[in-house]
Amino acid sequence: MSRILILFAHPRLQNSRTHARLIQGFDKIPHLTFHDLYETYPDFDIDVEFEQDLLLNHDVFVMQFPFYWYSSPPILKQWIDLVFEHGWAYGQKGKALKGKKLMAAISTGGRQEAYQNGGFNRFTIREFMSPFEQTAKLCNMTFLAPFVIHGTHLATEKDIMEGAASYRLLLNSIAEDKIDYDELIRMNYANDILPKLSNQG
Amino acid sequence: METGLFFQAMIYLAAAVIFVPLAKKAGIGSILGYLIAGMIIGPYVLGFVGKEGEDIMHFAEFGVVMMLFLIGLELEPSRLWRMRVSILGMGGLQVLITALAVAGAAMALGLSWNVSFALGLILAMSSTAIVLQTLKEKNLLHSDAGQGSFSVLLFQDIAVIPILAFLPLLALKGLNADEVNNHSLISNYPGWLQTIAVLGAVSVVVLGGRLLIRPLLRLVASTHLTELFTATALLIVVGITVLMGLVGISPALGAFLGGVVLANSEYRHELESDIEPFKGLLLGLFFISVGSSVNFPFVIENIPAVFGIVMAVMTLKTALLYWLARKFNSDKKQSLILAFGLSQIGEFAFVLLTTSQQLGIFTPETTSLFMAIAAVSMAMTPLFMLLNEKLILPRVDDSKPEDRKEPDNIDEKNRVIVCGFGRYGNIVGRFLKANGVNTTVLDLDSERVELLRKMGLRVYYGDAMNYNLLKAAGADTAEMIVIALDTPEKCLDVIHTVKKHFPDLHILVRAYDRADTYEFMDEGILHIYRETLDSSLRMGVDALRLLGYRQYQAQRAANIFRKHDEKALKHLASIRNDRQQYIDLTREKISELEDFITSDIRQAETSRDSGWDVESLREEVREVNRNKGK
Repeated sequence: MSRILILFAHPRLQNSRTHARLIQGFDKIPHLTFHDLYETYPDFDIDVEFEQDLLLNHDVFVMQFPFYWYSSPPILKQWIDLVFEHGWAYGQKGKALKGKKLMAAISTGGRQEAYQNGGFNRFTIREFMSPFEQTAKLCNMTFLAPFVIHGTHLATEKDIMEGAASYRLLLNSIAEDKIDYDELIRMNYANDILPKLSNQG
Repeated sequence: METGLFFQAMIYLAAAVIFVPLAKKAGIGSILGYLIAGMIIGPYVLGFVGKEGEDIMHFAEFGVVMMLFLIGLELEPSRLWRMRVSILGMGGLQVLITALAVAGAAMALGLSWNVSFALGLILAMSSTAIVLQTLKEKNLLHSDAGQGSFSVLLFQDIAVIPILAFLPLLALKGLNADEVNNHSLISNYPGWLQTIAVLGAVSVVVLGGRLLIRPLLRLVASTHLTELFTATALLIVVGITVLMGLVGISPALGAFLGGVVLANSEYRHELESDIEPFKGLLLGLFFISVGSSVNFPFVIENIPAVFGIVMAVMTLKTALLYWLARKFNSDKKQSLILAFGLSQIGEFAFVLLTTSQQLGIFTPETTSLFMAIAAVSMAMTPLFMLLNEKLILPRVDDSKPEDRKEPDNIDEKNRVIVCGFGRYGNIVGRFLKANGVNTTVLDLDSERVELLRKMGLRVYYGDAMNYNLLKAAGADTAEMIVIALDTPEKCLDVIHTVKKHFPDLHILVRAYDRADTYEFMDEGILHIYRETLDSSLRMGVDALRLLGYRQYQAQRAANIFRKHDEKALKHLASIRNDRQQYIDLTREKISELEDFITSDIRQAETSRDSGWDVESLREEVREVNRNKGK
């Protein structure tokens, strides 16, 4: 059993098609805490103590956000700046997060083809993830492959429903520890592990 | 002589300083405090002040003049024009009917007709000073009752002039006015010339206010000498008083006119704030001297007569005024406030009584009897009003359909009801509206409702504590009620009604300060907004910024401050009834907060931005380098 913490950062959820759908059905996943950062901290005034307690009480942290300018919305950066304190999350005495897992669940407007070496955006998602990956590393955490929904600009209602179902399946498998983490760490996309999961199910 | 004057001043000031706060504490209002102070230092109790009390009263009447000047300043000519119906109608009828009724009663008791009529006119007068000051203290000047009272008082002020002219006609001894009205320069002139003089004086005030005083004020203001501006303000009022005295018009009326003329001027607020303290002091002095003029031995000797007549007159006036106010479309509560407020015999009575005695209409005994009656009735007014407020008003139900001014019919249902659309509620309402949330707005200020409606806003008149009105406003289908009324008491009333009948509504309430925040917390209200907290903090942030702090640092300090303050407030609420503990804890919380924001401590304590603080990281890097060096 793994306790999942969704660190959700979306400044305009009211206009969202993808994430509004993705966050549905969380209540059916065991031991999952949904933490809406923009809703909790409209003034960016992050309660560090509270956040650190929250982290200690969970095993897998999923940063879920729309991909803006090849990175996260600003509140998540603020959150990282303030919550991952030196001496707590990293540094010689900072071992609080040791052994925990960090993962990103993002959506991009552009299609997968655009995120390739030589493609429109020149880098792969996994490459764009390197600041997060190194953050996890510095804090003694394991960084898992990102779950990505590409091409939301052109996605149909059905595409998004399918994406959401995949996301739930992934989270469920993590929650119930029915997942091969070694494989997940190496993959480019967490999405690629899904066929195996549905075969198991 | 000098010391004598200072000793007097000391006695008056000490009496005021001691008794007025006591009276306020006891919840009976400052005026009763002044009156009691006057009675106690007066010739018949402690005897600190003797007969000169009456001279002081004449001097202190100048406070009334100033008060009317101030009222004039707040009353633009167009508003005065709109009030003409109630001034002439309600005021005129009040004076006429009261005078006739009193005269009739007096004649029935066997007094001669001339004495009866003089009495009628004198007893019809109410006390501008007491009524307006009380209404102001109770924040009722702009209510229906306040406006009505003002109209009646204004008419009485005007009526004093013809009454003074009329009294000599009642003098049977054949004395004529000249011998009495010798205070007026022009009383020896023929009637037409007097009329011209009066009109001339009035035009001097109006034209002077328009053409002369404004440039004068501009000139004085440009000297940047504040005391000179105060002197000018006083000069204006004193000047008007002298001018009016010359032509025999009530100076109060002249000052009122002067005020109205200057109401549109850019110096209005400056004038107000300069005159205000003088007015307050002089009115206080006036009330003290009324108190000290109560002739206790005489009153005690004539207890049945004095109190019998006081009660009879006040009852009669109250009944009449209530009837009139209802005729002029006030609701029951407002009518009661007006009627009880105006029920006394006013300070004009002193002038009219003296004149009548000089004219030989009254014997000296009658005069002193009614002087005592007038003083007692003035002293009783605050008690009367208190009685009305505590015993009668709570029992009056204004929601009956027979009322002329019943709550509006509400034909819309919205998710949010906003109670009170004054300077606080209107921002909430407009903000919601700007975001596409329509609100049903209830307000108790009929004038404001009318104004807002003219501006095209859907605002309804009515008292939100009234169950039927809330129901009509859709309280059973709405999701939320925003209570933004201007006093905690009114907010509490609405909260009680809502909690009792519409428990599903979210309640958001505006709080004035900590005291009522606690009360709302006791009611279990979750959403309480201290009206000044946010803007004071914003001001604090700007202050820090101007002092050179980084904007973001100041902003975050404000956030910390607010959160800490709200936490502390909740804690303090639970122990506030234990006074010592409350004080201790308040101190502790304040110093804790200071510590918290002080930057030294910020680093050590559970600060919220130590993630941006690289000190510990640098320390670690230095140490690693040292180890490498070994």
